Amino acid sequence: MFEIIDKRELCDKVYQFKIRAQHLAKKAKAGQFVILRKDEMGERVPMSIGGLDPASGVLTVVIQEVGKTSASMNRMKTGDHFADVVGPLGIPSHIEKFGHCVCIGGGVGIPPIRPIAQALKEIGNKVTTIIGSRTKDLLIFEQELREASHELLISTDDGSYGTHGFVTTILQKMIDDGGHIDMVIAIGPVPMMKAVVATTREPKIKTYVSLNPIMVDGTGMCGACRVTVGGKTRFACVDGPDFDGHEVDFDEMTKRMKMYVRYEKQAYDRFLQDEHCRLAKAAEAPKDKNA
Amino acid sequence: MVDKNGKKKLTTKERMQIPRNPMPEQEPNDRICNFDEVPYGYTPELAMAEAERCIMCPKPKCISGCPVEVDIPAFIRMISEGDFVGAARKIKETNALPAICGRVCPQEEQCEAVCVLVKKYKPVAIGYLERFVANFEREHAEIRIPELPPSTGKKIAVVGSGPAGLTVAADLAQMGHKVIIFEALHKPGGVLIYGIPEFRLPKKVVAAEVDYLRKLGVEVNTSYVVGKLDTVDELFEMDFDAVFVGTGAGLPNFMRIEGENLNGVYSANEFLTRSNLMAAYDFPEHDTPIFVGKNVAVLGGGNTAMDSVRTSLRLGAQNGYIVYRRSRKEMPARIEEIHHAEQEGVQFHFLTNPVRYIGNDEGWVTDMECIKMELGEPDASGRRRPIPIEGSNFVIPVDTVVVAVGNSSNPLIPRTTPGLETNKWGNIVVNEKTMMSSRPGIFAGGDIVTGGATVILAAGAGKVAARAIHKYVMGIPFEEEKEEEKEEATRGT
Ligand SMILES: Cc1cc2nc3c(=O)[nH]c(=O)nc-3n(C[C@H](O)[C@H](O)[C@H](O)COP(=O)(O)OP(=O)(O)OC[C@H]3O[C@@H](n4cnc5c(N)ncnc54)[C@H](O)[C@@H]3O)c2cc1C
Ligand SMILES: Cc1cc2nc3c(=O)[nH]c(=O)nc-3n(C[C@H](O)[C@H](O)[C@H](O)COP(=O)(O)OP(=O)(O)OC[C@H]3O[C@@H](n4cnc5c(N)ncnc54)[C@H](O)[C@@H]3O)c2cc1C
Ligand code: SF4
Ligand code: FES
Repeated sequence: MFEIIDKRELCDKVYQFKIRAQHLAKKAKAGQFVILRKDEMGERVPMSIGGLDPASGVLTVVIQEVGKTSASMNRMKTGDHFADVVGPLGIPSHIEKFGHCVCIGGGVGIPPIRPIAQALKEIGNKVTTIIGSRTKDLLIFEQELREASHELLISTDDGSYGTHGFVTTILQKMIDDGGHIDMVIAIGPVPMMKAVVATTREPKIKTYVSLNPIMVDGTGMCGACRVTVGGKTRFACVDGPDFDGHEVDFDEMTKRMKMYVRYEKQAYDRFLQDEHCRLAKAAEAPKDKNA
Repeated sequence: MVDKNGKKKLTTKERMQIPRNPMPEQEPNDRICNFDEVPYGYTPELAMAEAERCIMCPKPKCISGCPVEVDIPAFIRMISEGDFVGAARKIKETNALPAICGRVCPQEEQCEAVCVLVKKYKPVAIGYLERFVANFEREHAEIRIPELPPSTGKKIAVVGSGPAGLTVAADLAQMGHKVIIFEALHKPGGVLIYGIPEFRLPKKVVAAEVDYLRKLGVEVNTSYVVGKLDTVDELFEMDFDAVFVGTGAGLPNFMRIEGENLNGVYSANEFLTRSNLMAAYDFPEHDTPIFVGKNVAVLGGGNTAMDSVRTSLRLGAQNGYIVYRRSRKEMPARIEEIHHAEQEGVQFHFLTNPVRYIGNDEGWVTDMECIKMELGEPDASGRRRPIPIEGSNFVIPVDTVVVAVGNSSNPLIPRTTPGLETNKWGNIVVNEKTMMSSRPGIFAGGDIVTGGATVILAAGAGKVAARAIHKYVMGIPFEEEKEEEKEEATRGT
């Protein structure tokens, strides 16, 4: 059992969890992920590592509510326990002296950028980080990334903060301005990673993306997470999650990620319905007493 | 039936003429609507009647047919005397997992294949009897915790909790060592838990074995991926005196044909893990979903294929196909499972191999193009090699495909353990007498050494390894002492 020692809302439907996982926090490296299971009936869901504190044995993950499991995890409280925290899984991000690195994060892909930016910076790279969201209120981890990088650039789709546009608007401008970039790493929603890769293809900039296909075991045993990279089938959980972005078949991955939408909707609707009834009952209870 | 007051002695001839007692089981139409175990099991009366069929050969062949040489006539005699618990313990002297082996061993190729009755009659139902006594022992709460010898102060790490790991752990604990199991998944049992379905091996049977280990003082750490959290070398740094690697053959093989990554195409490991370990059959009570369409094609002819196709029927498939590139005769599955699959309405396409999958715009598989095969000369495995018949292609409509064409070994441990020798298939190379690898102190057994094999072979390897690990940590040289070896074996349980 793994205790939640701190839980905090970052923005609508997105929570940060600090989880005590003594051994894991000492072993994990930037770019790896964990698999969480809430309870005995629970699904195994992969979550990126958004921060590591080896000294205190604490692991940070940031969870966005997109379905039943993420919703029920986001209802957990400080002091509650996850049944399982498995990891560290996946191959750590490739950290070497590249020169100028641009780290790009979108949505819940922003937190896992932090340890990567930190590691790249620590060994002497120049690190520019670009993060983006739909609107200012949904931007997370700004302060954390400002500390982790030399330079932080921000975009919002609606222009409410930073550059008006997408992370690729900023990236394209950097390239157009003749800025020298040795390596790009992007983590975020598939359309964002796809756009980043499209931007860096022409100028031939080495671009890593961190893939998040559906997983079950996370140890290479099931093949649920297979993705096509460079025409070959790879298992994202053990061969990745980072791959050469220019080689990834994003269209196939997008389709594969929709495999269970019908079931997911059913489970999520049921969860929200149950919750609604519970809350309604709780609200009614005191009224009854007064009557 | 046996006459209770004063059994008459039957002659050998009379014994041989008793027909084999069939296993009572759920009707096919009922069982495809549930996940309950198919056979109900022998009653004590049936077991005693079946035991009467054994003619107690002076030189029993069945013993040598069993990979771990269970003293079969001895336990059968105890059944005929009504001493069911004694019979279970007799088996446990050599096989720690009778409740499991009685259900999943390919008896028709092992003990029962060489039973003398096989020539003229049907063999004694050794597997059914084994299953019966193990169940009897478990259900009558007579599981005996042996008195443990004083602690040796030695600590042994067992990586993986399949039949190999469970056996090593049980044996070493009974020799007074501290044993800690590290298992990657959240439930111990290996294939017995995530692969073999409930209708063939109830989870409670496996859980009982794990409970027994805990009673012996074995610690079980789940969700612990060795090679990621700690490497094998780091386990040694944590003061383990020896490490046993029983990580199985968990890497699913695909056929590398067009369209294999379409939605609806599963590896058997994923399909069975979702259904068994994650209890997807109980979705949405359990959170993990599984997709089973109307037409389900399962590729392969082994136990894994039979388990997959029978699971799909229970999850609502209207047509469950087995697509196998050789003929019926070459299918490696247990006869009983093939038989059960047939009874349940599984349709077999023999001498057929898929060449590609066809999908729709949303990326879902809709059809499978196959080619007919014929059998040529025997290949390295001794089975006749299937050869495609040019121009015989045809298409089967499918919504779900399960690829059950075997597993390879997971490279995680070899890759993270410098100096650990593997062969060209990635299996760990060991000395067969000791199961010790190229790295002193690191032992291995089960599917990670043999490639996908059987439960009893994995358990047998565990027995051999346990004896050698004991010597290794106690500083007893491996070779010389034949005497000692025998002593150890009898002290076992
Ligand atoms: C390596 C990796 C790192 C990830 N990191 C994060 C993270 O830091 N924060 C975060 O909020 N999310 C992260 N995800 C995604 C997260 O795992 C899914 O959002 C979560 O599993 C959804 O579960 P659900 O029941 O709430 O939603 P569901 O309703 O089940 O599904 C919603 C969508 O989530 C995806 N999904 C569903 N099940 C899985 C699964 N078992 N594995 C992966 N994706 C699935 C599917 O595309 C699906 O359409 C990561 C995924 C991977 C593979
Ligand atoms: C579906 C199916 C049906 C089968 N049916 C039969 C049958 O009817 N009869 C029969 O005799 N045989 C059958 N077999 C074969 C039999 O199950 C195997 O031969 C046997 O389980 C092998 O045992 P093992 O202990 O070597 O490994 P496994 O049972 O594979 O167990 C290995 C364990 O190690 C764990 N592990 C792997 N890597 C790590 C790591 N790095 N760290 C920690 N833990 C790790 C795995 O999670 C797993 O739990 C079947 C196999 C399958 C897949
Ligand atoms: S362990 Fe398997 S082979 Fe040996 S007696 Fe039992 S059923 Fe037969
Ligand atoms: S999640 Fe099962 S192999 Fe990657």
